[in-house]
This record gives sequence, C-alpha cells and structure tokens, in this order.
Amino acid sequence: MSPRPGFVLEVDRSTPATLMWHGEGFRLEKLPVGTRVVYGPEPLEPLSDPDQAIRHALEHPLGDSAPLRTLLFPGMRLTIAFDDISLPLPPMRAPDVRQRVIEAVLDLAADAGVDDVVLIAALALHRRMTDPELRHALGDRVFEAFAPHGLLMQHDAEDPSNLVHLGFTDHGEDVEINRRAAESDLLVYVNINLVPMDGGHKSVATGLASYRSLKHHHNVRTLQNSRSLMDEHNSELRNSNWRMGRLIAGLGIQIFQIETTLNTNTFPEQLGFLQKREWEWSLRDRASFLAASSALQRTPAELRRKIFHSMYAPHDLTSAQAGEVEAVHHSTLANIHRQQLVEVSGQTDVLTMGLPYISPYNVNSTMNPILVACLGLGYFFNLYRNKPLVREGGVLIMSHPTPWEFNPVHHPSYIDFFEQVLAETTDLFEIEAKYEESFATDPWYVHLYRTSYAYHGVHPLYMWYWCAHALQHLGRVIVVGGDRAAVRRMGFSPASTLNDALELAEDIVGRDPTITHLHVPPLLLADVT
Amino acid sequence: MKALRFERNMPRFAAARVVSALAGSGKGVRVGPLELVEIDQFEMPGPDWVRVRPRLAGICGSDLATLDGRSTRYFEHIVSFPFVPGHEVVGDVEGGALDGRRAVIEPVLGCEARGIDPPCPGCAAGHKGSCERIAFGHLRPGLQTGYCRDTGGGWSTGLVAHESQLHEVPDDLSDEAAVMVEPAACAVHAACAADITGGERVIVLGAGTLGLCVIAALRALCLPGALVAVAKHPNQRKLARELGADQVVRPGEHKRAARRLSGSLALESGDGGIERLTGGVDLVVDCVGSSDSLEQCLEVVRPGGRVVLVGMPGVVKLDLAPLWQREIELRGAYAYGSEDRPEGPRSTFQLALELVRGARLERLVSARYPLESYEDAVAHAAHAGRRGAVKIVFDLRKGGSAGDVPGSRGAGGKQVGVTTKEAK
Repeated sequence: MSPRPGFVLEVDRSTPATLMWHGEGFRLEKLPVGTRVVYGPEPLEPLSDPDQAIRHALEHPLGDSAPLRTLLFPGMRLTIAFDDISLPLPPMRAPDVRQRVIEAVLDLAADAGVDDVVLIAALALHRRMTDPELRHALGDRVFEAFAPHGLLMQHDAEDPSNLVHLGFTDHGEDVEINRRAAESDLLVYVNINLVPMDGGHKSVATGLASYRSLKHHHNVRTLQNSRSLMDEHNSELRNSNWRMGRLIAGLGIQIFQIETTLNTNTFPEQLGFLQKREWEWSLRDRASFLAASSALQRTPAELRRKIFHSMYAPHDLTSAQAGEVEAVHHSTLANIHRQQLVEVSGQTDVLTMGLPYISPYNVNSTMNPILVACLGLGYFFNLYRNKPLVREGGVLIMSHPTPWEFNPVHHPSYIDFFEQVLAETTDLFEIEAKYEESFATDPWYVHLYRTSYAYHGVHPLYMWYWCAHALQHLGRVIVVGGDRAAVRRMGFSPASTLNDALELAEDIVGRDPTITHLHVPPLLLADVT
Repeated sequence: MKALRFERNMPRFAAARVVSALAGSGKGVRVGPLELVEIDQFEMPGPDWVRVRPRLAGICGSDLATLDGRSTRYFEHIVSFPFVPGHEVVGDVEGGALDGRRAVIEPVLGCEARGIDPPCPGCAAGHKGSCERIAFGHLRPGLQTGYCRDTGGGWSTGLVAHESQLHEVPDDLSDEAAVMVEPAACAVHAACAADITGGERVIVLGAGTLGLCVIAALRALCLPGALVAVAKHPNQRKLARELGADQVVRPGEHKRAARRLSGSLALESGDGGIERLTGGVDLVVDCVGSSDSLEQCLEVVRPGGRVVLVGMPGVVKLDLAPLWQREIELRGAYAYGSEDRPEGPRSTFQLALELVRGARLERLVSARYPLESYEDAVAHAAHAGRRGAVKIVFDLRKGGSAGDVPGSRGAGGKQVGVTTKEAK
C-alpha cells in the first residue's frame, strides 16, 4: 500500500486529543472544535538498495556534469565536504547516509588512483563535531582511514590561512570560502537535504564560508525578506547563496554536488505513536504513550535529555542525485516536496505547534531559549510555500518548557546574548547594529569556536535574526508551559495552558478565531493557497 | 529632647551581633545598645558652634553594621560613647551665619571643628576625610558627627555642629534631596578617586544608596567608556539604568559581563563556565565592602587595573594572590573635603549638591519613619533592596513624627511616607 498523502483534519467533537511535543516530553491537547490540524504525508517507501542508488547517481549525474568516475585522476587534489551534526534530525541510525555516499565516492577515487583526499565537515559557524559524532556520521572505516592522519578536517571560519577570498557578487557580497576546497581539482559536497532550504549553492557558499561572507545573507534584512526560507522562489537567503555559488562556479571551481533526501520515518519503533494520527492509535500505541509519558515525568531532567539525545531516527533514503549544483537541487526539491508537501486552503488567525527537544543546533546539547525561539519562529513558522499558515497580525502559540538553561561548552555566547543583550533589547535591527560586530569578533568566542566545541560568537544573533520574518508578521507569540522569565525575556507571552494561551490570543485576534495546528515533527511543508 | 542613643554596652552589643547573625540584619536592634531616650541639649563645644534641628536623617549601611554588632573594632578608638547616630542630616540652623536657614552637615570632625591649629596635613590640604586628629582637640574622639559623644547625631531632635560643617541648602531643594547630599558626597569623592581619564570600562558592584549614587557620580563627573552595574533587586536595576549605567547585570553575572565588556579571554571551569578572566575591566568600584564583593572585584579587574573601595568593609577574608600577581591597585574612598577638578579645587559637598539636583537623587528616598518607630525603620533599611526601597530616613519635622499621615503604610501605620514602589 502506498503511503497516504498529508491532509488537513477539521476537529469535531469525536476527534481524540491531539499530541503536541513539549520539549523532552509531549502532551495531549483537546483542540477546540473547528481547529484544523495539518498532518504531513506518511513516510515514503525507502529505496530498496540505497547503495546502488547512490552509485547510480554518481554514474548518471544531472546537468552538465560528467560522471564522477571521469572527474577523478591520479595526482589530483580531491576534497569531500559533508553536512555537519545539524543534519539530519534526529541523527539517523547507522549507517548514516553520509557514510554511504562518502564510501562510494572513496571507492571511485581509489579506483582512479587518487591519493590526495581530504574530508571536511562543513561547519560554517557551527560547533566542531566530536570524534564519536564524526565516527557516527562517517562510519568506522572512513573515520579510521582519515582522522588519524589529519585528513579529516573541520572547516574553520576563523582561520585566515585556510580561507580564500574569491571576489564579490554583483550585489557586492564577499565570497570567501575554505582554501583547500577552493583550490582542489574537485570539490565533492555530500548533503542531507532535510528541508528545501538545505543544499543547492547554500552547501558551499554557507557551509564552507567565513563570517565575512556569511554576514551578507545571515542578516535581518535578508531573513525578513525570505518568505519563506523554504520557498526557493521567495527566499532572499537562497538568492544570495545562489549569487555566491554562481560566482564560485564561474571561477572554474569544480563542484560535484551530491544531495540525498530522507523519508519522514523520524522516531524509533518504541515511540511509533509519534508517527501516527491520533485516532489511528492502537491499544499498543496508547499504552506506549502512557508508559512513555509517565516514565518521562518521573525521570530527572538530565537523564531525560540523555535518553532523547541517544535516540536515532530510522530515516531511510528516498533519493540520491548528483552532478551540477542547480540541476541536482532542482531534483532534490521535487523529492522533498513529494515527501513533505501538504495543501492547505487559506490562512488562520492562530497557529499552534508543539516544539520537540531538538533543533539543528542542540544535537547532544541543551535546547536553550534562543533555540526554542529559532525552532518555532525560524524553522516551523517557515514551513510553508506561498503564504504563511497564520495571517499577518495573527498569533503563534508554541508549547515548550523553554528552560533558562544553556550549555556553556556549546553555547557560551548564547548565555551572554540572552542575559545581557536581550535584557536590553529584542529589536533585531538594534541588536544587529549595536552588538553583532562585538559578538562576531570577541576573541574568547573565536578561541572557543576554533579550539573547543562552541558555536561561533555571532551564532545566537543569527538565530535571533532567523525569527525576523515571523516577528515582523505576527501580532503576538505565546509560549505554553515555558519558564516565564525566559519567555518574557524574549518579548513573548507566557501561558500555563493551551486554553490560557487561546484566551490571551483573543486580545489580538478577537473571539472565535480560526485555529490551525501544525502537527510536526515529522516534518511537512504547507502549500498554503 | 528625643534621641536614639547608642551606649557602650558589651553584653547588648554581643546580643545584637548574635541576633542579627541568626535572624538577619536589622533584627539585632531590638536587643542591642540603641535606645530611644530623653536627653538634655548638647553643650556648645566652642564659639563657632551652632545648634541644628534635624529635619531628615538617613540610615546608612555603616549605621546598620554598628547596630548589627558587626562593625570592625578598628573604630573603637575613634568613636566616643554614648553617641547619637546619624551623619546624613539636613536640618534647621539656630545661630551663626546660617541662622534660620536649612543646611546639610558635612559630618567629618576634622581639625577646624576640633579647634586644632595649625591643622594636620590632610585638613590643611582640604582633605578632611584624611584628618589625623579625629581623636584629639576639644572634642572627644569621633570620626564624624553621629559617632561623637559631644556633638550628637541626626537621629535626634537636636545636635551641635561647627559652622565649617554646614552647607546651606538652596530653597528650591527639598529635604529629601538634601538628605541625599552626604551619601552623594561619598560617591563624588569615590568617582574622583577613581581617577578616570576617559573611556575606561567600569563596573560598579552593588546598587544600594551608595552604589546608585556612585553610578550617578561617575556618569556626571567622569567619562567612562562603558559603565556596568551589578544590582540584585529589580528596583535597583531600574534605578541603576536610569542613573546612567549602560548595562545592568545580576550578581553572579559579573564575570561574564566583564569578559564581554573587555573582550578578555577566560580560563574555563570543568563544566565550560568561566573560572577566571585573563583580562578584565579597568576599574571596579566596590559599593558593598564584603569579602565576597572584594573577591568579585579582583575577579573582574584587569592586570594593572584599579579597585576603589567605597562600601565600608570590616574584617574580610580574601585571597590576595591576584592583587599581587596582576599588580592591581586597591584604593579606599572614605569621605570628602576638596576634589581636584579640571576647573580647579571644588568642595565635595558642593559637587554633591549639584549631583543631587542634576540626577534627582531625592527619588532614592523611599520611606520616612518617626524616631519612635526606629525598630521598624532599621528593619526596613536592612532589607531595603528586597523591599524595593533604597534610602530610609527618620522624619524629625514637626508633624513628621505623627503616626498616620496620608500615603503611609507599614506595620501599625508607623511609617509616615513612601515614595518608591516596592519591587514585585
């Protein structure tokens, strides 16, 4: 039986309570009658032989690219860059798709007699990956073959000796990327494309870039004008990356892009109820939900976090495409849409969503308040094409405990940003003008980014900018069940329960508003007409 | 006349120390050696002395330390018992050149007030706070009015003051503003002692009366490049901001704030937190005066930087290794006299009068009490920050000591006025 497409349910009196994520837990909420609930399509059938599909993609590239085999020759410099820990979410069970792809590329390189090969984790301004994280992404064989010899690198956006400035786009944007990647005979980039924003020219132009380059598209203006980040036709972020990517291609830097898509098989079998629509829960699902909820309530927070972050997703590969960047990405988008697109008719006054324990920037870490905001307003709000799910001036209600808690190793500058900057102002443009440079150039943050496992000093500001479109569009943001002080610090309204939040929303949208619940994760993309 | 008098009574002093240690600051006053008594008027110590009828008299941190029995024994030989506390005073002058006028008292009892001529080097240079004769001359020992048996203090309906101690209060300045002049003068002196040349990064630790006045003084008299206040309570944070702090952080955030401000590197603790800064800010002004606050100062000041100690310390336990290894300057800032300003020497009190007016420091006066309610007043002052208050004063004006007046609140209606909202 083929997987069912996504659909929009209208809640009536017989509709069972709806599951909402709430950080490292979940809650069942009885949504008001008339509420629309947007469910994503069921997970697509995986490719029956993923390794064969990958080899096929390498042999049959898209666009004007030649097969990878023909691009490899003895004596060449080959660099393989790959997406970092921020993808996929949650991390997928072994073998990770990066391992499959890189092993296939290395097999071809070995056949061609290529012996100058370097792997680079494309961190951009993200934290460095730990050895166990790299080993999980690449597999033991690749890790052991490269890491001990210093051939497994992590991009360092603050290492001037290993960056090269390639020029300016016709919009005056600096293009500065990793020197080894730019000066290789061939750069192979291995992507995991979880959402439409991932991949394309963004892979190299962002993943291997410096702050000097990134600031041209990671800024308030660009992000406010990316409507949405997931809509390739209306994203300024995408446009800027494309300008940079085309400049890189125009300089003759040869890139062989490999993009892969996964199905939305997101949670392991014991939490199978998270994948199902509530009215289809079996007795076993109900028992699993009750057991999991009850156990989580009794579990100390630290242990609860460990349990969730040790969970691997049973994602399966649904497509692999390789070759010229733009042609590849075009195909990738079609495959993502095939999995995630849901048609939704009309906007809503109030949009609700439950936020899970994980975002791209807290894998094996703490979901701090800024990341909560970023996940809700930056990512989930942007899961649309054409029009936002919620109307302009509407209300977004998100459920998350939003603890005033930070991981000082991973997010040192987040602490200062939250405790010092957001205490002063939440205004995006003021923050950008007054604080960005000092956060970006602070020598301690630079030191920790380069030598420890810290996100770059400017990263919390970027996460705040990521909310720019939503903050401009919405009339109010309400957080259910969050730490009240943390929620207020960000300029949002706290509410104890969903009902309280809906009452608060009435101040903005009036009585009897239309309500839509975005049932993610698993991820979906709303095509709002 | 009525006065609150502090006796030399060691058992009661010890009892106050125990009770305040167990029950909290301010609680020791019930068992300590402070009593409301009827006493005779003070005799004039000399020809240039006048009577002053206090109108408002503040309760200072050093007063609280005395009442709690936790003040240092250092002061034993430079006070004389029994004394009437109160050195933050605005009152009506009777006699002398300012007869019938209001004046604030510059409380230091230096050579001139003591009839010592020639004066000591400190007084000769205009730095009365550095007087070397505070236990000599025709007065009994006492570093200030409020600690000397012969002069009385502000917590009474009458005291005597040397004419050189008096500064006339302009008619347009309220009593509430005038009573802030003395703490403002301490702050002015501290700001001048900070020796800021412009652009320095400064942290002020503590945001009680003194801390807030120091923030205002630094902003008015110096050109700090950045001024960060460490404040505990919401109302303190609000006022610190209003008075000129660029940034206000909570206690515990001082290291992060200093690191951010200075761009310093840091040595990490095991959990990724900041153990120690390698650099720091140029200047830290300690307006608390405890072991903890001094330790915090040394944590955030840069090598070669300066710590100015304004809050009255007692016996402290402190690791001075950073002071030595980082060649940090530790400087006290006690009182007042004359300040070297770009325009020439200026009286600290005149500068303080200008500061009070310019920064509207009367807003710091939060509550007024009659002398009879001194236990409540002291308890309020001891927990002012937590209760959203800053400066608590005794109201000695006619009618001011009546129990209930409009706007009053507090236990039994004893408090006679509140001008600052309590923190939520």
